[in-house]
Amino acid sequence: MFKKALLAAAVCGLISAPAFAADSVKIGFVTTLTTGAAVIGNDMKNAVDLAMEHIGSKMGDLDVEMIFEDDGFKPEIGKQKTDKLVKSDDVDFVAGFIWSHVLLASRKSALDAGKFLISSNAGPSQIAGKLCHENFFSTSWQNDQTPMAMGEVLNRNGVKNLYIMAPNYAAGKNMSAGVERTFNGTIVGKDLTKWGKDAQLDFSAELAKVKSSGAEALFVFYPGKAGGAFIKQYQQSGLSESTKLYTVFTVDAISLPKLQAGKLEGVLGSLATQFWSPDLDNAQNKKFVSSFKEKYGTYPSFYAAQSYDTVFLIKSAVEAVNGDLSNMNGMRAAMEKADYPSVRGPYSYGKNHFPIQNFYLREAVVDADGNWTTKIVDTIYENHQDTYVSECPL
Amino acid sequence: MDGALVVVQLLNGIQLGVLLFLVAAGLTLVFGIMDFVNLAHGALYMIGAFICASLTLALDSFLIAIALALPATFIVGYLIERVFICHLYHRDHLDQVLATFGLILVFDTLVHMLWGPAGISYPLPNWMNGQVNLFGFVDFPLYRLLIIFSGITVAIGLYFVIVRTKTGMLIRAGASNRTMISALGVNINQLFRYVFATGAMLAGFAGMIIAPITEASIGMGSDVLLIAFVVIIIGGIGSIRGALIASLIVGLIDTMGRSFLDDLMKLVVSNQAAETSAPALSAMLVYILMAAILFFRPQGLFPPKTR
Amino acid sequence: MIAGLKLHGGVVVAILLLLAFAPFIIDWIDKPFYLDLVTRMVILAIAAASLNLILGYGGMISFGHAAYLGIGAYSIGIPAYYGEYDGLYQLAITIIACGSFSLLTGYVCLRTKGVYFIMITLAFAQMMFFALVSIEEYGADDGLVIDLRSELPFGFSLENSVSMYYLCFFILLFFLFIIHRLVNSRFGMVIRGSAVNDSRMQSLGFPTFRYRLLCFVIAGVMCGVAGWLLGNFTNFISPEMMDWTRSGELIFMVVLGGAGSLFGPVLGTAAFVLIEEVLSGFTIYWQLYFGLFLVAVVLFVRGGLDGLLSKFSRSDK
Repeated sequence: MFKKALLAAAVCGLISAPAFAADSVKIGFVTTLTTGAAVIGNDMKNAVDLAMEHIGSKMGDLDVEMIFEDDGFKPEIGKQKTDKLVKSDDVDFVAGFIWSHVLLASRKSALDAGKFLISSNAGPSQIAGKLCHENFFSTSWQNDQTPMAMGEVLNRNGVKNLYIMAPNYAAGKNMSAGVERTFNGTIVGKDLTKWGKDAQLDFSAELAKVKSSGAEALFVFYPGKAGGAFIKQYQQSGLSESTKLYTVFTVDAISLPKLQAGKLEGVLGSLATQFWSPDLDNAQNKKFVSSFKEKYGTYPSFYAAQSYDTVFLIKSAVEAVNGDLSNMNGMRAAMEKADYPSVRGPYSYGKNHFPIQNFYLREAVVDADGNWTTKIVDTIYENHQDTYVSECPL
Repeated sequence: MDGALVVVQLLNGIQLGVLLFLVAAGLTLVFGIMDFVNLAHGALYMIGAFICASLTLALDSFLIAIALALPATFIVGYLIERVFICHLYHRDHLDQVLATFGLILVFDTLVHMLWGPAGISYPLPNWMNGQVNLFGFVDFPLYRLLIIFSGITVAIGLYFVIVRTKTGMLIRAGASNRTMISALGVNINQLFRYVFATGAMLAGFAGMIIAPITEASIGMGSDVLLIAFVVIIIGGIGSIRGALIASLIVGLIDTMGRSFLDDLMKLVVSNQAAETSAPALSAMLVYILMAAILFFRPQGLFPPKTR
Repeated sequence: MIAGLKLHGGVVVAILLLLAFAPFIIDWIDKPFYLDLVTRMVILAIAAASLNLILGYGGMISFGHAAYLGIGAYSIGIPAYYGEYDGLYQLAITIIACGSFSLLTGYVCLRTKGVYFIMITLAFAQMMFFALVSIEEYGADDGLVIDLRSELPFGFSLENSVSMYYLCFFILLFFLFIIHRLVNSRFGMVIRGSAVNDSRMQSLGFPTFRYRLLCFVIAGVMCGVAGWLLGNFTNFISPEMMDWTRSGELIFMVVLGGAGSLFGPVLGTAAFVLIEEVLSGFTIYWQLYFGLFLVAVVLFVRGGLDGLLSKFSRSDK
């Protein structure tokens, strides 16, 4: 029996590894490990490390070598690091990317070199539309989708007029475009604030404008450290009595522990839309969330969930071609099926390789142990596809 | 309603101005008296915020934390002066810019190592969290009002020290003629050291009181530093009065730009273009102001006395 | 003394030879990524050399020199955005844009002295930075991706990384030659003289303001050409290129190498890029060591690497 298996393995090996006997899969993972945004990057890195542990650092018969690079929150550096991964380390997959502008800058370097590019977070409209590419895949969402779901929530809650605030960069503009697309009422005001290394963190002038506009609801997108700062100031401004807060990518496992430490109870009960939540009921997610909490002591963020999925998506591709990494077509076809256990449950890919998936409404709550987290209260969209796919020439 | 908005934005602008003043005061003293360009001044703003954050979370009291963090930043400032800065007084501005630019990198990374990348959020006492009604028609956050008051108190205090006390006289004398005052037998180096540490403490204080609003975060010092430099250049290097007036001007311009520039621009260009370019243009206003002032008054509004 | 000059000259010749054959060496050791590193180094060396002209020889400490890198890069980025890839046309835009920007700002900046000059050059660079951040059409904060590199006459293609490198290298040599000729001419004497004592030069009858302004403009245009190369090389431009920290880094490259020496900026840039590359691969806290290194250089290495070399060679005479 044992001999037979050995023989089978040997034969498999002979067939699957013709001229280029790759003995390992190399994956480059670009994220932000310095500056304040490192809090997101570390969460992603933790999730990737956990996934590597869960797959025993093996994909099929091949060892996996994971190389992390820091983009320093700058598009230019992100591109340099991508060049290095492609040219110096000769990776097979380039993954990661928190920021839309970093992804846009780095895209050409990875794709021109004939590598697979997998976004574990950023989903700018250009890449879903005109710039779509056969070797690009996303394990997250197109930027507009989550705020579109939020626009739907606003309509259901009978909101008539809305104020929008977001940072002034690619994703911020997409988020604001998304909510404007589905929201039926009037937009009474909009502010795009400075972002990047020296991001604006004091929103006094903008919040005063919100107040004087008389908006019923305020929609915001402030990822990372700006999220906590924003929510604090929202509460101090006394807006909560007149203007209800609706957020995307702002109240999450990154900001909630800090808000809890800062005792900002007002955030509990606030609503956000998302494709995933730690309480989503499927086997892979339960395993992911419980082992993440055990290993790192906090809830994983959605950034972590997407990064965890990234590793399993790549694994499904490598295993589908029996480790023959030169078989790009085979790996692409395998990834297009999204045939792997995703923490969000089963989903499918559109022709631009962005997921077609559900979007949920999440509420910030206190869990059984007294930690602040989010819980799904409603399903807003089922199998939702982004709108830019029609512009994709593939 | 619009009138109320203007009043609120004026107050917001003053609050920003007061904060800038706290940072700029130390900078302008160090610059004016010791002729020392200190790019690392912003780092003390950050360090003050982080020390205060840790203390607030440990002691569960914001006010006690501030009371302890002030001497702590004073000591940090003193040590920085002893270890690095004192070797640089006799160098030219170029060397000072470079060395303190290096110190920014050092302190940002040290804070990252000590406190992690996430930044720290800490709560205010409950009584500070509310709103106050001013003039019967505007609501303004109480805490921001407190920032304005504490800043004005510090400004008055500084003015008193500099104009009315013997130390102040020595500082003023040191600013205009350094050799003369050491010839009079005053230990000028010792004096400088305390001035430097006091400047550090003031910057730290600014960091401590803004962090409950924005959180303590890495790099928070660098953005405030550049603006503080603009302030002291506009005000005239070495002049506390100039720093105060310039801080208020810059704070008001920045806030007013952010609040009303996009509405103004919408009259000329499309809504979309106005929304995206207004924030950047209001950031530019401050630099345009500085260039214009230097063009007409190459030494700022309140130029230092000739040496 | 003669032996000293020989050692100093020897190092410079060795480095130039190394740079001249860099693509072959890199091809031989089969590490294609290093060509990117060396190309970036050469481009930044051009920028540093241009800064050295005003800072090292002219005593004008510009804290806004990165603005020209940005303007040069946008001078390809914006035409490329409209589908215009003619390299000479883009280069002409670069020269006109940087020339007029430096003429205009130089006219204002040169009226001030000392630290006011540092701050006002910074102010103009920041204005340019925010102006480009505010232009939504050209990518604002997100920058622009350039699909194709500039098309040059005679079928010289920059898409080939080796020819890209040699173009940068020859422009570096050419500019060093121009700077060498400039500073040793009457023009250079006036510039250097006015850095030491402006009023004496004026009383000798030289209209120093005009000389200094011309020098400022030449440096700006040279740095603009470096920006033109940088935009071509990275295929991506963003306002980040003219961030004030980038200007600070350029100053550091000049000082590290030795301000006011012809090859100093080349040495300084090489050291800077290599140290950054090695340290950042080593730890995510690399900026700590880098910062300490910076402080140490200022405190202990006066005259920069170039000065150190000459001192070494003089002492073992």
